[in-house]
Amino acid sequence: MKLILALLCALLAVPAAAQTALPPAPWADRQIPDAAQERKAKALMETIRCLTCQSQSIADSGASMAGDMRSQIRERIMAGEQPESIRSWLIARYGDWVSYEPTAAPILWPLWAAPVLLLGLGLLLLRGRIKRRTRA
Amino acid sequence: MIAEIGLAALWFAAALALLQLVLAFAGLKGGKPELLGAVRPAAVTQGILTAIAFAALITLFMRSDMSVLLVATNSHSMKPWLYKFAGTWGNHEGSMLLWVTVMGVAGAAVALFERALKRDAHMATLGGQAAISLGFYAFLLFSSNPFARIAQPPADGQGLNPLLQDPGLAFHPPTLYLGYVGLSVAFSFAIGALLTRQVDAAFARAMRPWVLAAWVLLTLGITAGSYWAYYELGWGGWWFWDPVENASLMPWLAATALLHSVTVLATRDALRAWTIMLAVVAFSMSMVGTFLVRSGILTSVHAFAVDPQRGSFILALLALYIGGALALFGWRIGSVREGAPFELVSRETMLVVNNLLLTVILGLVLIGTLYPLMTEAFGHKVSVGAPYFDRIAGPIALALMVAMAAGPLTRWRKDKAGVVGKRLLVPLAIAFVVSISLSLFAWGRIGILPFLGLVIAVAVGVASLAPLWKRKLLRTPLFTYGMVVAHLGCAVSLAGMACDSAFTVEKLVAARPGDMIQTAGWSIRFRQITPIAGDNWTALQADMDAGRGGSSVVIRPQSRFFASPPTTTSEAALLTRWDGQLYVVLGEEVEGGRWQLRIWWKPFVTLIWLGGIMIALGGALALVGRERRGWVMKWRPHNHNMTTEGVEA
Amino acid sequence: MRKLLIWLPLVLFLAFVGLFATGLFKPDDRVIHSRLVGQPLPAFTLPAAASDRPALASAQFVTGKPRLLNIFASWCVPCAAEAPQLMALKQAGVEIDAIAIRDARPDVDGFLQRYGNPYARIGLDARSAVQMALGSSGVPETFVIDGKGRIAYQHIGDIRADDVPMILDRLKDAQ
Repeated sequence: MKLILALLCALLAVPAAAQTALPPAPWADRQIPDAAQERKAKALMETIRCLTCQSQSIADSGASMAGDMRSQIRERIMAGEQPESIRSWLIARYGDWVSYEPTAAPILWPLWAAPVLLLGLGLLLLRGRIKRRTRA
Repeated sequence: MIAEIGLAALWFAAALALLQLVLAFAGLKGGKPELLGAVRPAAVTQGILTAIAFAALITLFMRSDMSVLLVATNSHSMKPWLYKFAGTWGNHEGSMLLWVTVMGVAGAAVALFERALKRDAHMATLGGQAAISLGFYAFLLFSSNPFARIAQPPADGQGLNPLLQDPGLAFHPPTLYLGYVGLSVAFSFAIGALLTRQVDAAFARAMRPWVLAAWVLLTLGITAGSYWAYYELGWGGWWFWDPVENASLMPWLAATALLHSVTVLATRDALRAWTIMLAVVAFSMSMVGTFLVRSGILTSVHAFAVDPQRGSFILALLALYIGGALALFGWRIGSVREGAPFELVSRETMLVVNNLLLTVILGLVLIGTLYPLMTEAFGHKVSVGAPYFDRIAGPIALALMVAMAAGPLTRWRKDKAGVVGKRLLVPLAIAFVVSISLSLFAWGRIGILPFLGLVIAVAVGVASLAPLWKRKLLRTPLFTYGMVVAHLGCAVSLAGMACDSAFTVEKLVAARPGDMIQTAGWSIRFRQITPIAGDNWTALQADMDAGRGGSSVVIRPQSRFFASPPTTTSEAALLTRWDGQLYVVLGEEVEGGRWQLRIWWKPFVTLIWLGGIMIALGGALALVGRERRGWVMKWRPHNHNMTTEGVEA
Repeated sequence: MRKLLIWLPLVLFLAFVGLFATGLFKPDDRVIHSRLVGQPLPAFTLPAAASDRPALASAQFVTGKPRLLNIFASWCVPCAAEAPQLMALKQAGVEIDAIAIRDARPDVDGFLQRYGNPYARIGLDARSAVQMALGSSGVPETFVIDGKGRIAYQHIGDIRADDVPMILDRLKDAQ
C-alpha cells in the first residue's frame, strides 16, 4: 500500500536524484552523540513532510533534499535550538503543509475539536440506551 | 480466444445480476412469488461465471499473452511465474475484476449456504447483492475492461514494477479484497432486512458468520500488509497512517464494531437500528476506501490516479449505493423498534461502549484522512499525519482495551459493579506491579502512551484469559475460546506496539568492511560487500556476522538495482529472536569506502503481527464454533439458541 | 431528535460526496508555494558556483531594479530544458542571478558551457540551506525579486516558452 507510493516517489525522483553527485550532508545520516538531543531531532524529523516525496516524512525519505533537511535539523538542535522553533521556521516558509503534526491554526480547530464532539455525541446516544436508576 | 471467453463470461454474469435483481423484486413486490425460485440459481451461476472470467485473466497472465493490453502493459514473459500470477491483480483492471469475482462468489455462497434467514429476507438479500454487483460490472465493462486486445501486440510486455515483485504482494491484496468485498454480504443483509422489515435476533444470527468471515480475512490482510510494509520499505516502521492504509483500516474498525453489536442483537434483540447502520457503514467504508485509492484524490503522488472518468464512475456508484442505503435506512428504520434500555452494569452496556469507542476512532480516522481535502477546498494546504492519529486515536484505543478487559467479565442483563471489580482484581494488581516496576526501570526514557500501553497490555492479557477461569475447559464452547484468543491477540499486539515504540534502539553508522559495530547488546562484524545478480536485478550485498555473546549468524542486507524502470530498493536483513528483531538496512556508499548502515534492535516487535494473527484465529474459532453449534442445533430442534447465548461468559 | 439522527448519516454522506466531487474535478495542484512571497529575501551569502561568475549575496538584490533569481542544478534535467527561455529573458534585458543546488564547480561550468550562461552571479548552495530559507521546494524554480530586495513572485518548475511574457509582466509589475 504505502509501498506503491514510495515506489512512485522513487520513480519521480529518479531523474533528479540519480545524478546528484554530492555526498549526503554531514548530519543527514549521522546521529547526534547526545542521545537526548538525537531523540528530539528524530521526533521532529518524523513529523516533517518531505517536499520531494510528498507522502513520507523526511526521516524515512531517501531524497537528497530530505537528507539536507535532516542535516540542518540535527545541526540546529546541536546548536541548542528547540524543535518547535525549527518547526515554525519551516512552516513560515512552506506553510502548515510541511508539518505532519497539525498546527493550532484556526483552520485546524475543527480537527482538534473532532474527538471531543464525537465522544460527546456518542455519550449522548449511550445515555439513551441506559436504564435510569430509580433506586440504588 | 481465452480473453473473449472471459469477456463473455463477464457480460453473462452482468446480465444474470440484472435478472436476479428483477426476479427478486418481482417476486417480492410484484406478487409473483413463483419467480423467486430462479433467484438462487441465478446467483450461483453468476458466481461461477465471475470465477471463469477471473480464471481466464489469470491464464492470460500466466501465458504472457501480449495481445491483451492489460498483460502487455503489466507483465513480462521473463518474470518468475509467481509474479505473473500475482500480476493479475497488481493493476487497476485486474483488481476490479477480483472485486467483482469476490462479490459474485460471495453472492453464490449466500445463495447456497444461507439457511437461517427467512425466505423473503434471503431473496431480498440476494436482490441487494445483485444490485451492488451490477454497478461494478458496469464499471468494469464500460470503463475498465481487463480483456481489451491490442491490434499490434508488442514483442514483450512492459513488466511489473520491481518493488511490487515480492511474495508478500502475491497474497496480501486478495486477502484484503476478500475481506473488503465480503462485507458486501453484510450490506446486502441490511438492505434485505430493511426491505422486509425483519430486523431481529434471528437476522443477527444469520448475518454473524458472514461478518465474522469477512472480518477474519480483513484482519489477516491488514496484518500482512503491515508486515510487508515493515520489511519491504526498510524504514523500520509498521504503520504510517498513510491515506491508503487508513482506507483499509476504516472498514476493519466498522466491521469490528458490527461484530460486537450483532452479538447484542442476537442475544438481547436490541441495538437493531444501530446494527443495520454499522452493516451499511462497514461496506460503505470499503467502497469509500477503494474510491480514495483508485481516484488518487488523496495520495499526493498524482501518478497513482486513474483518469477522472473512472474516478467519477466510482463516485457515482458510491453516491448511488451508499446514498440509496442510507435513504432506505432513514425511510424504513422508523418502524423498527429499539429494544428495552440496558442496565448500566451489564455486558450489553460494555458492548455499546466498545461500539462507541470504535466508531469514534473510525470517525476520527475518516475526518483526519479527509481533512486535507476539506481545507484544500478553502485554498489552504495542511497535512494530517501520524502525530495527530497517535495522539488522538491512541488514548481512545487504550480506553477501548480497558473496556475489552472488563466486558467479557460482566454478565448479560445485569451485574454488580463491585462483583465485576472483584473479577478484575488480579489484572488490576498486575497492572499496579507492572507500572511500579516500569517506573523504576525506565522512568523518563519512555513516553506516556507506550508506558500506558505496556501496563494495559499486560493487564488486559491476563484479564482476557479470565473468562476461562474455573470453567471446565473441555466443555467450554469453541466461540468462547475464539473470543479469548482474539482479545488476548489484541493485548499481545498492543504489547508489541508499546515495546517497539518504547525500547527500539536505532543506530546509523558509516562503516568500512572489517568494522565491528556494537549496538543494543549485538556485535555485528561487517565482513565485505559483494555484487550479486538476480533474475531481473543486480545487487550489492553486505555480508555480516551478527551475534550476542555466543555464536553469530550471517545476515545479508542488499541494495538492489533494477534497470527498467531504473529503481533502487533496499532489502533489509531481518534476524528474528524470541525477544525481538534485528533489522539491518544497507544504504549508499559514502566517501572513503564506507557504507551507510541503518541498524535497529526492536524488542518484541514481532508481537504486533503475532497478535494480529491471533485476532484472526480467534475470529476463525468463533466462526467454526458458531457454525458447528448451528449444525448440532439442527439435530436437537427443541434446544433453543437463546438460552445458550445467555449463559456465555 | 430520533428523526434527526436517522437522517444525519445521509446528510453527512452527501456532504462527503460533494467534497469528493470537488476533489476529483479540481485541477491537480501538488506544488508547495513559498510563504515568503511579498516578504524580503532572507539574508544569505554564498560562494561562487562557476569559474567565470562572481559569488552571490542577498544584499546584492537591493539595486532599485527587479531581478530574477533562478534556482537550478547541473544534475537537473528540466533545468537544461528551461535554459533557452532564460537566454531569451536575458536577451530581453532581464538581469538573472542564480543559486546552484547541491552542485560542484566543474559540473556547473560544464552545464553552462553546454546550455549557455544567462547568469550575472551564481551562488553555490551545497546543502540546500538557502533553498530551504527561501521556501523553495525543488529545482528549477525562479523568483522575481523587486528593487528593494523583496520576493515578488515564485515560479515553480521549468519556464516554458509561453511563460516568458508572463515572467516579463511580473518583472514590470515589480518595478
